[in-house]
Amino acid sequence: MIEVRLYAAQRLSAMVLAPLVIAHLILILLAVEGGLTAAEILDRTRGSVGWALFYGVFVLAAAIHAPIGLRNVIREHTSWRGEVVDKAMIGLGILLFMLGGRAVLAVVVG
Amino acid sequence: MTVTETDRPAEIGSEPGSETGTLTVEVWRGKDDGRFQSFTVPHRANQTVLDIVTWIQRHAEPALAYRFACRVGVCGSCAMTVNGKPRWTCRTHVGKVAEDGHLRIEPLRNLPRLKDLAVDMTPFFEKWQAAEGRFHPTKTRHDPLSTISPSSAKRKAADAGIECINCGVCHAACDVVAWNDDYLGPAALNRAWTLVNDERDGGKRTGLDAVSRSGGCHSCHSHGSCVEHCPVGLNPTRGIAGLKRMSLVGLLTGDAG
Amino acid sequence: MRLRPSRNHPGFWAFTAHRISGVALALFLPVHFLLLGTAMEGAAGLDRALALTDNPLVKVAEWGLVVLLAAHLMAGLRVLILEFLPWRDSMKRLIALGAAVAAVVGVIFLVQVG
Repeated sequence: MIEVRLYAAQRLSAMVLAPLVIAHLILILLAVEGGLTAAEILDRTRGSVGWALFYGVFVLAAAIHAPIGLRNVIREHTSWRGEVVDKAMIGLGILLFMLGGRAVLAVVVG
Repeated sequence: MTVTETDRPAEIGSEPGSETGTLTVEVWRGKDDGRFQSFTVPHRANQTVLDIVTWIQRHAEPALAYRFACRVGVCGSCAMTVNGKPRWTCRTHVGKVAEDGHLRIEPLRNLPRLKDLAVDMTPFFEKWQAAEGRFHPTKTRHDPLSTISPSSAKRKAADAGIECINCGVCHAACDVVAWNDDYLGPAALNRAWTLVNDERDGGKRTGLDAVSRSGGCHSCHSHGSCVEHCPVGLNPTRGIAGLKRMSLVGLLTGDAG
Repeated sequence: MRLRPSRNHPGFWAFTAHRISGVALALFLPVHFLLLGTAMEGAAGLDRALALTDNPLVKVAEWGLVVLLAAHLMAGLRVLILEFLPWRDSMKRLIALGAAVAAVVGVIFLVQVG
């Protein structure tokens, strides 16, 4: 059943995202001290398999998580219903995955 | 409108009791396009909101429509919105809910209005059925009685949700019910949870399927408004979380989906 | 507009924070990815994107997003705890703790930037 599958995807992606977001927040709070520079970021990420995996998984989980959440929001707060919403959300997921994947490539490979 | 007390014998809504001033009571009149009508009602000690409504109907506005039966918190028919919150009016003391001697009484939310304070409970009970909220017998009268240990985890889970009086308060308090027409609601899902935990029930598979459709248990966002307002202290949010877990286990073990 | 009295409890506030932060983060994600994508053109490209945060308005928005991310995390943990761990009646204290964590993250960010 679609609702059970979406629920499973939403909660499993959340369980993956939770530790990643904690790490991301700590990193942000450490990195913003004295301002961000591209050199600082890229020194850390360029050529790093670890960061590639970290951000790769992050992007994939977020690309699954966000559209399912937005689907609920749209169905509950707008009059937009049915298959067209589901298709739009699949489109959003693919878009997020491609844009996110490109960003990961940009900071890891260059 | 000010109404003076008549010298009728004591009756529902005018029990003897020390009068302690008056209350200003605004009552919803009509259907969706109605209006509030204001009444001045004598305030007595130990008066309930249902007493107030009954006093108005007996002494001021005989055409006022509302619903009640047992007056002791068992039948679940007298729920209304009182100063913005859904409540069982027969067990709600005026002294606890009046704000500066003011009461505003409206019909329950999230159900079609019929007239004044009465709503149509049909959608509520239809959702109860849609959630497979009924017992599916597996035995006949010729079989021996089932032996169920009261201390088993499943029976405890069922017992925790079994005292629902179908008053509709949780249904009226729930935002998801308001936002999603398909949503079965906390009462129906709570009933489904008691049944999937009932070892004697033969409809667990159909029950779990029924609450896994669009508008089923996965639509709940755990606001907990049902728990906040349930007059008999049940916790539908907890039961719905149990249904979600059960459906997930079913999916992961290939038992559903 | 007056808050509906039946909604005034911590569970509703936790949900509201979860939903608003979720929508904001979902809308922000594509922008975030596009900005990081400028690193395709090397450090200079990314530096040009990062220069946007010199604008005080963007700085405030950035701070807001960090707080919203922390809030969404904590509200999400509440849901996971509520659904997957044994029931606890202390959920309301957890909600207060979550709000406190989000606030602390916001303060640390301000201190670090300032």
